[in-house]
Amino acid sequence: MIVAERKPLNDIIQMVRPYKKLLIAACGTCVTVCMAGGEKEALELSSLLGLADGLEDKEIIVRTIQRQCDREFILESDEDIRAADAVISMGCGAGVQFIAELYPSKRIIPALNTKFIGVNRDVGYWTEMCQGCGNCLLDRTAGICPVSRCSKSIFNGPCGGSSGGRCEIDPDLECAWQLIYERLKVQDRLDTLTETIPPRDWSSNRDGGPRRVRKSSVSPEVGK
Amino acid sequence: MTDNMKASPVTHSDVSLEYTSGLEREFGSGEFVVTAEIGPPRGADASHVEKTACSLRGFVHAANVTDNQTAIVRMSSIAAAYIGQTCGVETIVQMTCRDRNRIAIQSDLLGAYALGLRNLLCLSGDHQSFGDHPQSKNVFDIDSIQLIRLAADMKNDGVFANGKKGKNMPKFFIGATINPFADPEELQLIRLRKKIEAGARFIQTQAVYDIDRFEKWMEKVRRLGIHKEAYIQAGILVNKSLRSIEMTRKVSGMCIPDSLIERMRKAENAQEEGVAIALELIGRLRRIEGLSGIHIMAVGWESIVPTIVREAGLMQ
Repeated sequence: MIVAERKPLNDIIQMVRPYKKLLIAACGTCVTVCMAGGEKEALELSSLLGLADGLEDKEIIVRTIQRQCDREFILESDEDIRAADAVISMGCGAGVQFIAELYPSKRIIPALNTKFIGVNRDVGYWTEMCQGCGNCLLDRTAGICPVSRCSKSIFNGPCGGSSGGRCEIDPDLECAWQLIYERLKVQDRLDTLTETIPPRDWSSNRDGGPRRVRKSSVSPEVGK
Repeated sequence: MTDNMKASPVTHSDVSLEYTSGLEREFGSGEFVVTAEIGPPRGADASHVEKTACSLRGFVHAANVTDNQTAIVRMSSIAAAYIGQTCGVETIVQMTCRDRNRIAIQSDLLGAYALGLRNLLCLSGDHQSFGDHPQSKNVFDIDSIQLIRLAADMKNDGVFANGKKGKNMPKFFIGATINPFADPEELQLIRLRKKIEAGARFIQTQAVYDIDRFEKWMEKVRRLGIHKEAYIQAGILVNKSLRSIEMTRKVSGMCIPDSLIERMRKAENAQEEGVAIALELIGRLRRIEGLSGIHIMAVGWESIVPTIVREAGLMQ
């Protein structure tokens, strides 16, 4: 899922200050699960803003949009969005942009910092697992992604900074290539490591420009 | 720089493409090769590089020129290496993958070769979080092994990274690094193998302090026949104080026995003790079969290199 975290309250306060009628739009998917932008967090933000110095006169309402990355769900709150002076989106970056695109004259304020595609490892603890690079090589690396989990995203690791299975940039960070080595060893596939992975084609990554996916069986439009 | 410090300057106009690495010839002749380092300055003054290079002239076969080491902005390694060669010291250009994509890397390799630089040491590069611009983006379009292969393909097949033929392609004498003390050893040896298979012809190791452990590592290297496929140089770091050796110990993957730290602690003259330790290590290293030379890292104490070389009886 997409993991996000709420911006510092003061940053949000500065952005909402000029507006009177505020709509806080929670999002019901990823950011609900990672406890950053669901209904609970939206209600909490509403209370915090209501208590903030100088914001006493604000009229704040909270709505939950099931998926801010789907137009139909956003339009369910059409009336409330139109009535608001500004919308505080608690969706990920995609959600914020999609609301802004549908309401181009409206100020849409992001309440979250979108962090990564990751997993839940413990209560309230998520880690990055995927960077959406567009060409998955997880089969060669024993199901551990060097692009997102190696600090240098290298393909023939580890680098010289790996020590005791830890990454040099943070002793709490496991070296992805140490993990790859250990798992390949368990699977009796260490010979995989002896092959040099050639430079990769990063055009499938963001480096090829903003990406689009069209599923031809359901999308009638011809094009990229 | 005064005129008498200048020795047969190597300039781009009088270096032909036929000119090859002198360092490679030294290794090939069976010479116990000595290299040291030139750390480019944090400024645009050539005289700093000239001073270090001139002090090393005659005491080393070649000098590495570091590439924004520890991710701190310094003069370009290629520019500094060129300045070094104008002082009569053959240089080894260090190139990392941190700051350049494959377009910039290849462009820099063409430029470096045109300037008469012939030796290339390929590294991943320290992560920028250690440096003076931790806010920067890193590149790592390719990694160090892919960089070795890229330079080797230019040399052997005359092709760019995209497989297209080029004209007058650079033919660098290509080197790589290895840390004999990093774990797991099995994985490190796999990487060493990959670097050599990719095209590395000389290998510089992380600084050796634990000589017993290094001797055992070299035994494994010999058993695998690696010393016959590439020239191996042991790293020697010279410490001038207790603080210096303690800081060195904190570097990731560094292995320093307690006894050496104690010696530095108890020493009446830490500088003399640091030199004594380096000389003892060099003495042991020279007796190791399959070792082709040493690489002296005297970070912040470059002026000690001639003393070390002279007292160790190297470069005779």
